[in-house]
Amino acid sequence: MNGPTTLYDKIWESHLVDARDDGTCLLYIDRHLVHEVTSPQAFEGLRNTKRSVRRPDLTLAVADHNVPTSDRSIGIEDEESRIQIETLDQNCADFGVELYDMHDIRQGICHVIGPEQGFTLPGTTMVCGDSHTATHGAFGCLAFGIGTSEVEHVLATQTMIQTKAKNMRVTVEGELPVGVTAKDMILAIIGEIGTAGGTGCVVEFAGEAVRSLSVEGRMTMCNMTIEAGARAGLIAPDEKTFEYLKGRPKSPKGFTWEASVECWKTLKTDNDASFDIEVTLQGGDIIPQVTWGTSPEDVLPITERVPHPADETDPNRRNKMERSLEYMGLEPGLPLKEIRIDRMFIGSCTNSRIEDLRAAAQVADGRKVADHVSAMVVPGSGLVKEQAEQEGLDKVFIEAGFDWREPGCSMCLGMNADKLEPGERSASTSNRNFEGRQGPGGRTHLLSPAMAAAAAIKGYLTDVRDLGVD
Amino acid sequence: MQKFDKLTAVAAPLPIINVDTDMIIPARFLKTIKRTGLGKSLFYTLRFDENGNEREDFVLNKTAYKNAEILVAGDNFGCGSSREHAPWALEDFGIRCVISSSFADIFYNNSFKNGILLIKLPQEDVDKLMEGAERGSNSTITVDLDAQKVTGPDGDVIEFDIDPYKKHCLLNGLDDIGLTMQKEGKIHAFEERLKVTQPWA
Repeated sequence: MNGPTTLYDKIWESHLVDARDDGTCLLYIDRHLVHEVTSPQAFEGLRNTKRSVRRPDLTLAVADHNVPTSDRSIGIEDEESRIQIETLDQNCADFGVELYDMHDIRQGICHVIGPEQGFTLPGTTMVCGDSHTATHGAFGCLAFGIGTSEVEHVLATQTMIQTKAKNMRVTVEGELPVGVTAKDMILAIIGEIGTAGGTGCVVEFAGEAVRSLSVEGRMTMCNMTIEAGARAGLIAPDEKTFEYLKGRPKSPKGFTWEASVECWKTLKTDNDASFDIEVTLQGGDIIPQVTWGTSPEDVLPITERVPHPADETDPNRRNKMERSLEYMGLEPGLPLKEIRIDRMFIGSCTNSRIEDLRAAAQVADGRKVADHVSAMVVPGSGLVKEQAEQEGLDKVFIEAGFDWREPGCSMCLGMNADKLEPGERSASTSNRNFEGRQGPGGRTHLLSPAMAAAAAIKGYLTDVRDLGVD
Repeated sequence: MQKFDKLTAVAAPLPIINVDTDMIIPARFLKTIKRTGLGKSLFYTLRFDENGNEREDFVLNKTAYKNAEILVAGDNFGCGSSREHAPWALEDFGIRCVISSSFADIFYNNSFKNGILLIKLPQEDVDKLMEGAERGSNSTITVDLDAQKVTGPDGDVIEFDIDPYKKHCLLNGLDDIGLTMQKEGKIHAFEERLKVTQPWA
């Protein structure tokens, strides 16, 4: 490629194994995360065709979607969940893939453990049969969520077939106000560009507000890039990234570490590179966000009211809005702060890391969960849980009336026993508020960990800034 | 993979935007280690009430659309998760083609790997076909992949674009793992290069 290029262009170019004249490319994949829900049919495909896993050393498996977040010593009651997890165990044993099973301290949500183990590295390509693979873009790692046929393709060939996406850049300038987090920033971006705003694109996040984020905050942002429809999210690596990765179990060591950091420092978009789409937001304008509808784009500042469908001019969007409000059981015009919740969920690959738990614990400290609210905190991994316990966060939560649980995907999608009952309303730090996402008939409001803790305490969606917490 | 060349069938209208993969198949039905038999869970919440009885007002439950093999859907169809269970459920139910103004990327790829043709058309063409589909079982749509043409119930012909590689695989029912494995030499050479340039990767 001639001329100035983007970070995405650079990683793409450096991983091309083959390119056809029609634009179909074969891309090399450096890292592959595997979990129990989207892999059994892929391993079955390998067996049926007598193929092997080409690079088990570049493949890491973990059980996360189905695992119970309660006492695991009694095993898994649900038979289908148990079979899916046993199948992963068997497949990993048969094909020589490293696995963190549900009794391993390193077990957790795949997008939490990848970075935690140093499996995720800048400038690499990663895939996983899960749309939130976008998370790893926070390290300048080109990471795609893929389907099961593609999982099988990567297991067999360590490559994937793709055409190049468009370059999109979202810049958030300035500083975020006190009480506004990475989650609020990405929700505001999705509200701005829409749930299909990034379709066909790889989105690079830039600007002072993004650079100022911690590595974990950047993960929260990239995680939800898929909620804007993008193939992947990217943030150029910097000193914070290197600091985070240094000394992790699978990070490069010694001389190789020094060489890798030198190489990673070159991973950035050239100054005069051009993007197909550019969007700019002012960080200072962002207010803590909550969703009111059944798509992540149905989002507003907590200071607003439930919108009126009559104000929507597009008939398809008006229909969708009416459908969403009926499902959510909300009247137009109701202040968002007057929405009463039944449940609260802190967890998921979006917000279950140590900084998320610290932010929520800071709000919970010395307060009590409202009588009518049931609140659960699900750490992203066994190691996050262990660290939180060393810091005493578990005690803060328990004393405030939160339920402190074992790591996993949990109520983000309700594949295990953690789910909403029909009609129940939840304040959730997860990533999707689709109809039935957290359980059939369940109603989800997405928000940041601090906002979720505030909602649990007040019993209503709440502006965390009103609680005087910074 | 099932080939797709030409299809003339009843088209069911689904004029909802942002139909997500949780809507196409809720997560609780993903606890399977097979890729077959998922048709019964397709659009589960839209199709069935709390007691498991069919909802009469849902399009695929109406007599006129029981045999629909084409869906005409609202914008951004298939957004959300990467679950291939969504196209598996569509295919198992008998849907071979979806027409919309846009599709989510992962769902798009997944569908083509399962013999399902997704056709992206400008909104005004989708609106026209939606109108045709709303007329029920007497109005069918014809899709010709080789010619890249959709013929509406009134005989209007609409051309569509498609990635040539995806078209080739779908027309011939090709398994692309086999095709990629023929490039083993190139993959191996790439890995050898990588060992030198980025030994940590």
